[in-house]
Amino acid sequence: MKSLLLPPHPKERRIVFQNAWTQGYTPDIDCYIKNGGYAELKKALGMKPEEIIDEVKKANLRGRGGAGFPCGVKWGFIRRDDGKPHYIACNGDESEPGTFKDRYILHNDPHQLIEGMAIAAFALNVNLAYIYIRCEFPKAAEIVAKAIEEARAKGFLGKNICGSGFDVEMYVHQGAGAYICGEETSLLESLEGKRPYPRIKPPYFPAVLGLYMSPTIVNNVETFCHVKQIFKIGADEYAKMGTPGDGGTRVMCVSGDVVRPGPYEIPAGGVTLGELINDVCGGMKPGRKLKAVIPGGSSSKILRAGEVFKMKVKGPDGEMVDKEVPLLDLVMDAANLASAGTMIGSGGVIVMDDSRDMLWALNNLNEFYAHESCGQCTPCREGVLWIDKMTTRMVNGEGTAQDPATLKNVADNIAGRTVCAFGEAASWPVQSFLAKFPEEFEVAAK
Amino acid sequence: MVFDFFRVFMDTHAAPSTGSTGPRQADQIPSDLLAKIDEAVTHYPVSKRSASLPLLHLWQNHFGFVDDSGVDWIAKRLELEPINILELVTFYPWFRQEKAGKISVRVCRTLSCALAGSYGVRDAFCKAAGIDPKAPMHGHVPPVSPDGKFSVEFVECLASCGSAPVALVNDDLHEDITETGTAAILSKYN
Repeated sequence: MKSLLLPPHPKERRIVFQNAWTQGYTPDIDCYIKNGGYAELKKALGMKPEEIIDEVKKANLRGRGGAGFPCGVKWGFIRRDDGKPHYIACNGDESEPGTFKDRYILHNDPHQLIEGMAIAAFALNVNLAYIYIRCEFPKAAEIVAKAIEEARAKGFLGKNICGSGFDVEMYVHQGAGAYICGEETSLLESLEGKRPYPRIKPPYFPAVLGLYMSPTIVNNVETFCHVKQIFKIGADEYAKMGTPGDGGTRVMCVSGDVVRPGPYEIPAGGVTLGELINDVCGGMKPGRKLKAVIPGGSSSKILRAGEVFKMKVKGPDGEMVDKEVPLLDLVMDAANLASAGTMIGSGGVIVMDDSRDMLWALNNLNEFYAHESCGQCTPCREGVLWIDKMTTRMVNGEGTAQDPATLKNVADNIAGRTVCAFGEAASWPVQSFLAKFPEEFEVAAK
Repeated sequence: MVFDFFRVFMDTHAAPSTGSTGPRQADQIPSDLLAKIDEAVTHYPVSKRSASLPLLHLWQNHFGFVDDSGVDWIAKRLELEPINILELVTFYPWFRQEKAGKISVRVCRTLSCALAGSYGVRDAFCKAAGIDPKAPMHGHVPPVSPDGKFSVEFVECLASCGSAPVALVNDDLHEDITETGTAAILSKYN
C-alpha cells in the first residue's frame, strides 16, 4: 500500500498502525518486545478485572467492525463468576466492500492483536479464544498462528500466563469465503462447524448465548488492538483524542477515484469529508469532480456531491443549534454521519467521480449481496436476487418504466424483515441510490 | 418392500458424484496430512464438530478439492453424519467438489476493484491463461485452462480496496494489477 509508506499526514495519528510500516519493524515477538510489547498485558494482569473493563468504558472505545457498539458496555454484559465457560472470538473476517485495514495489522503487527485479546481474556475470565480469519488472507493466518506459538513459548499465552495463575489458549480459525460470517452470530455458527446461518437476537446475544451457548465476546481485529493501546496511552488521554462518546482513533479506508487511496488512522471526528478527500487523499483524480461517496462500507447509505444536511450541532455557548452542513464539511464520526442519514460503519469510504454511472455501481453492489445472502430468511434470499436481476436488466438497456418503483418496493420489504442486519445492508444501497440519484434510474429504464 | 422403496429413493437422491473419477481421496491420505488433522482437532476441546472447516481446508489444500470419500472420511473422523460436512462444502464458496486449475486465480469483482478495472483484468487473465473470457465468472466450478494449469474466477471483495484492482493467485495477493501485467503475473507460476 503506497500511501502507508509515506510519512503520516498531519491529520493522521497512527496508534494501531504505529509500527506496521516502520522501517525494520518485523512481525516476530522479539521485535514486538523490544518496542515495549506485552508491557500492557503485564500491567493489566496486576489490575482487578473490573478496573480493566472500567478503563475500556472510560476510553469511550466503540467497536470498529461496523455497528459501533461501545466496547466496554459490551464487556460489562459478561458476569465473570456465573460459573459458565466464557469465550472470545476475534472477528477477522473483514469483507465489507470498501474496508481494508485488518490485513495490515495481521501481517505486520500480529502481537498487538494477541496482547489486546489476552488483556480482554483476563478481564472477562476467558480461557479459550479464537481468531476468525477469512481464508482469503492465507498468509495472515500463517503469521498469526506463528505469533501465537511465539507468545505461548514466552509465557504470554497458555497456562499461568506471566506467573499470574491465569490460563488462556488461543487459536486461529479460518473462514471459507462467506461474507455472512462477519455477522457475529453467523461467525459463531461457523466456529461451531455449521452452516453460518445468523442466530436471532434476542435471545442469542453472544454475550449471553454465544459460542457453544456460553457467554462470548466478539470484537473486531482493530478493536482489540485499540484495547492494548488504551492501556499504553491511558484511558483519559485515549478518550480525549476522539469526540465525546467516540474515543481514540479510527482507521478510515479510502478507495475509489481519489489520488491517494489507502487506510488512514485519524482521531475520531478529526477530519471532515472534504479534508479527507481533498487533503489527506490528495483530491479527485486529475480533471474529475466528486459525484458520490459511500462513507462507511458498501452497506452504508450513499451521499451525493453538493448535498446539504440540516442537523443539530453544538453552538458556541454549548447549546444545540440548527445548522446547515454541506457534504464536504461533514465531520467523519459516528454521530455526524448518523445525523446525515448514513453511518460511519467500518470506516470504508468509497469515492466516485463524475465519470461513474450510479446504476452500474448499484448493480455491482447488488451482485455482491445476491452472491452473499446466506439464504436463511425468505425476504433476503429471494429479494436480493430480484434486485440484482432488475438492475442487471436495466444496465443492459432492458429495464421497464416500473423498475425503479419495483426495486424500491422489494428493498423496502427486505429491510427489517430478516434475522440479521444483512437485510438492511442489502436494502440501504438500493434505497439510497434511488433517492439520491433518481434521474439516473429513470434514464436507464427507458 | 418398504425398505426397497426407500433404498431406491435414497439412491436417486444421492448427491451427484463429484469429480471422483480417479481413485478415492480417502484411500490416499499421507501421514503428514493425518498428523495435521490430528493437531487441528486438538484446537477444539469443547466440540470436535468445530474442526470441520479446518479439516476441509487441510483436505482441499492437499487434494485440490473435496470428493465424496473426503466428505465421508471427515464426517467419520469428527463423529458426524456426512450431510454435516457436505452442507458446508456446498455452502462455502471456497470449497470445491471438482478439480480446478493447479494455479487458482481469484480476481476481486466488487465495487472498488470494479471502479479500477477488475472486469478487464479478469478478461485479460482469462486470455493469458487460455480460457474463454465468456466462461461463467462466478461459482463453485471455475473455468479451467485446456492444459489444466490455471483456473480464473471472480470472487467478492478481497479487502484490499486501496490497491485495486487485486487478485489472489494461489496464496499470493497481487495489487494494482493492469490488464497488460496479467501475463507477467501468470508467468511467475510456471
